[in-house]
Amino acid sequence: MASTKGKTISEKILSRKSATDAHAGEIVEAEIDYVMVNDVTGPLAFQEFESLGCKPVKDKIVLVPDHFVPNKDIASAEQAAEMRRFAKKWNISQYFEVGRGGVCHQVMIDEGFVAPGRLIVGADSHTCTYGALNAFATGIGSTEAAACFAEGKLWFKVPESIKVRLTGHLRKYVSGKDLVIKLITEIGVEGANYKTLEFTGRGLAFFPVADRLTVSNMAIEAGAKAGIFPADSDTMHFLQGMTKGKFERVDADRNASYISSLEYDLGQLDPMVALPYLPENGKPVSEVDVPIDQAFLGSCTNGRIEDLRIAAEIMKGKKVAKDVRMIIVPASTKVFRQADEEGLIVEFVKAGAFVSGPTCAACLGGHMGVLAKGEKCVSTTNRNFIGRMGHKESEVYLASPAVVAASAIAGRIVAPPEAGT
Amino acid sequence: MSKLTIIHGMVWRFGNHVDTDQIIPAERLTSDNNDRLGTFVFEKIRPGMASSIGKGDIIVAGRNFGCGSSREHAPRALLQAGVGCIVAESYARIFYRNSINVGLLPVECEIVADEGDKLSIDFIRGKIANETNGKEWQFAIFPAFVQELIEKGGLMAKIKEARKCTK
Repeated sequence: MASTKGKTISEKILSRKSATDAHAGEIVEAEIDYVMVNDVTGPLAFQEFESLGCKPVKDKIVLVPDHFVPNKDIASAEQAAEMRRFAKKWNISQYFEVGRGGVCHQVMIDEGFVAPGRLIVGADSHTCTYGALNAFATGIGSTEAAACFAEGKLWFKVPESIKVRLTGHLRKYVSGKDLVIKLITEIGVEGANYKTLEFTGRGLAFFPVADRLTVSNMAIEAGAKAGIFPADSDTMHFLQGMTKGKFERVDADRNASYISSLEYDLGQLDPMVALPYLPENGKPVSEVDVPIDQAFLGSCTNGRIEDLRIAAEIMKGKKVAKDVRMIIVPASTKVFRQADEEGLIVEFVKAGAFVSGPTCAACLGGHMGVLAKGEKCVSTTNRNFIGRMGHKESEVYLASPAVVAASAIAGRIVAPPEAGT
Repeated sequence: MSKLTIIHGMVWRFGNHVDTDQIIPAERLTSDNNDRLGTFVFEKIRPGMASSIGKGDIIVAGRNFGCGSSREHAPRALLQAGVGCIVAESYARIFYRNSINVGLLPVECEIVADEGDKLSIDFIRGKIANETNGKEWQFAIFPAFVQELIEKGGLMAKIKEARKCTK
């Protein structure tokens, strides 16, 4: 039955996937397109699933080891082996081995699982990244993932949406990361709790897909259930030759209702940094003066080829400061290979940075860049919580790839001199 | 027997935005720890707390409890440590769902309580009483859909019942 009340993108996707006329506040049971788990959340999901004694809906399951791989110790080796065994036992082909995958969210995009109009869940809070490509995607727990393995569907409370209108053009070396840090700082880390951030406006035409992915990725840092963009010609161009299967883009109705609205002029944004210990502690980079021990470039937030290109441009011909370790981790094998072909990897190595194959690495304090007591790291990742990257007295400062690259050279948190021109 | 009855416990007091990295750090998230997650709760921010929690103790917190990672290990760790219930002004969405799915009850209510106070929580009437300072509060009982999930024993138990699983 057609509804007379206008709908948001979230309401439309959840209506379609539940075959109901769903509106914000209602609870629906919806068919999911894919359910993804990683090596940390997967094993609990496998255990819960096996307790049911039924077969999995295997075409919908995607398994990506990324948090503690390549195995950092014996416990993580055992855990990664659990995922491998589960994939073999149920003959799940959508398993991405070390060296052929990477950070789960980038793999989901690279391998074409993400497309407009789809409903995707993942046992990782940054699953909301896929909203940048017009999907409704959200993080769930391991038990819910197990339920999806069995049923191929899950219950959702249809979220209310906050409309975020973008205008203007980004200035040089100002990016989606700066927008999302500013947005979280303004509305707070629970400012969008249970809600969707739905982006719109003329500024989208000048806001690249890579930047949208960063913004949607960090929607969860404002508590949001999803961060969704409309699909435009840039989206279609980005997805060309990549997407598995058919899809249908979803636009919000003109008369859709929103709980509130925000507006940002992209041309007014400055390079931002979020100080410890919450992503809402954003400040313009020009207002801070912090010496650093480490600079980290990577993760599902900012480990894409566009991010590496910006960093390489800033670092070309320069050296990482004497007292700084710079760690660069492309988000996926595809990104790594592209960066290699473009000559970016050699530039990083010549500058004195450490470059590794794709993994979550230091982002969550797992391995490859864990911080000692009192150390400070400027990072392109998404969280700066207490102890997130290591010792409880270490500090993480969140910033864009441009700021991280410029800071690695300067030895303290700075924006590139050309930023904002 | 209904799971939504009356519980009593001692208060552990926390502030706003307690994230899941604080509840259980990422480096503990390996399968060999799955049965001892409780021994690591709050180890970075309140060392020694895990071994001092009494069975049925209650965590009282401010806004946005459980923000951050989707790790279900967080509510499981609190349960394993003996925590009987959480009372917070608000919750992060994924933590709230995970808690219900693993059997930890998240009560949404702003109350006045200090560390060590004794609370009683009546899930039938939606009432919290602080037996130490004598104050009482009403809270909204869970929506019918969530109550059904809790009573059935979580999401997996509900699926098992619907599918008539033998296991």
